[in-house]
Amino acid sequence: MGPYALLRLARGRLEPGIPGQFFMLEAPGRLLPRPMSLCLARPRELAFLVDPVGPGTRALSSLETGDRIMVFGPLGNGFRLDVRSPLLVGGGIGIAPLPYAAGALRAPPTVLGFRTRHHAEAASLIPSAEVVVEPTFVTEILPAGDFDVLACGPEPMLEALRRIVPGAQLAWEAPMACGYGACWGCVVEMGGQLRRLCVDGPVINGGTHGSPVGPLL
Amino acid sequence: MILNASGCLDALTAPDVARSLDAFVTKTVTLLPREGNAPVRIVETEVGMLNSIGLANPGIDRFLSDVLPRLEELGVPLWVSVGGFCAGEFGELCARVDSHAEVSVIELNLSCPNVDGPEESVAELVAAARRSTRKAIFAKLSPVTLDFDSAARAAQAAGADGLSLVNTIRGLALDARTLRPVLSREVGGLSGPALKPIALAAVHECYRATGLPIVGMGGICTGHDALELVAAGARAVALGTILFSDPAAPTRIAGELARELSIRGVSCLDNIRGAAHEPTFSPKPNPQLEVERLTVAR
Repeated sequence: MGPYALLRLARGRLEPGIPGQFFMLEAPGRLLPRPMSLCLARPRELAFLVDPVGPGTRALSSLETGDRIMVFGPLGNGFRLDVRSPLLVGGGIGIAPLPYAAGALRAPPTVLGFRTRHHAEAASLIPSAEVVVEPTFVTEILPAGDFDVLACGPEPMLEALRRIVPGAQLAWEAPMACGYGACWGCVVEMGGQLRRLCVDGPVINGGTHGSPVGPLL
Repeated sequence: MILNASGCLDALTAPDVARSLDAFVTKTVTLLPREGNAPVRIVETEVGMLNSIGLANPGIDRFLSDVLPRLEELGVPLWVSVGGFCAGEFGELCARVDSHAEVSVIELNLSCPNVDGPEESVAELVAAARRSTRKAIFAKLSPVTLDFDSAARAAQAAGADGLSLVNTIRGLALDARTLRPVLSREVGGLSGPALKPIALAAVHECYRATGLPIVGMGGICTGHDALELVAAGARAVALGTILFSDPAAPTRIAGELARELSIRGVSCLDNIRGAAHEPTFSPKPNPQLEVERLTVAR
């Protein structure tokens, strides 16, 4: 998957939840677990796309067959799937929840953007997707028409989409210690108030909220 | 007895976790609503985490009208944590909570490292609270002192029924690339395993100084950690950061603690509380020592 690792875990008793929901994954050797949206829900597996950019994500992408980690979820609000004409938009590691969403929505039109060709190898998770690499951005190849956008990606991409498609469902990220409303660390501005992204997100309808800050890596 | 540390669990978003505790302690409530500090609010460090939430809460009016009735439905004993910015506010908060029979204990947050707290002494703040309520009052003290003895005695003399030890301790984390503080408010409260020896020292000293009931907290991850705080003198323990990574921690740690007691042949926590203060704790005699010089086999 290019620079990313696809972490496949035996499902155990955990339900996959709704596309856009996330799980907290124990990062071996670290104090806090890491929030990861579900990438693929296979019959006996839950798979997560991990970008090894910090100590926690590196520990997760170094796991080997047979290793065991604590996982809890699904958590938060996923995408609303009862839409008329869905369009999936993803950027970089933010494509993570879209393969599961693409399966649930029966392969809707999808556009994915990446920093390099190497990163773009992860687009193989959604074979039908249209793919661009910088300096081209996904916002330059959005198909014409009245689509219901479901998107996840870097903040500039989400901000741009929010301006172009005010009703888009956008999946954000923020530093999160617990994932279930306990720590109050992941607040973002929504409707003029600071609210917890883990229980009031991570999928938020475009509109009146500010940008979360970067994640805990 | 296992509680949560104030501000480390929302019983309304995780009712099952709250029900697995012997009592639920609320996030600190202030007189007026507080949005809390701007993000970034949390960061992981090598040996703990820093938070700078800043007492985000709905304020006492909405807490009493909207939140408390829903907490009561959980069927778990309730402790309400209150935080004031002067002695008068502590008094007013305690008076407001006093009439609610469903609240069993009021914890006074005298030690939040993420706001500019009151200028009065612990004794003045506890005394103001004491004048306003007949409920049991636990004073939550800061670990930032070289003289727990005096702080604990002052709280006791002013009417505290117990102590909660300890709150987080101020720390700073820098971004690896920019070398600027990660948290928006720059500093935050350090919690997690790094805090355990500090908590043990505080509990140890305050138990000896006052004999008051103590809720021990700071870096508890296992039943053995809990046992150590009890041995130092805690009557109950509270879980904080461990709840973030393991929502099942209360049940797990209760089981581990029971095994720790059973291994030691101790029937209940009361029989091991304060063990750290005894010159020796019931050492079991060794069987007769057999000494022999042995040869390494080929």
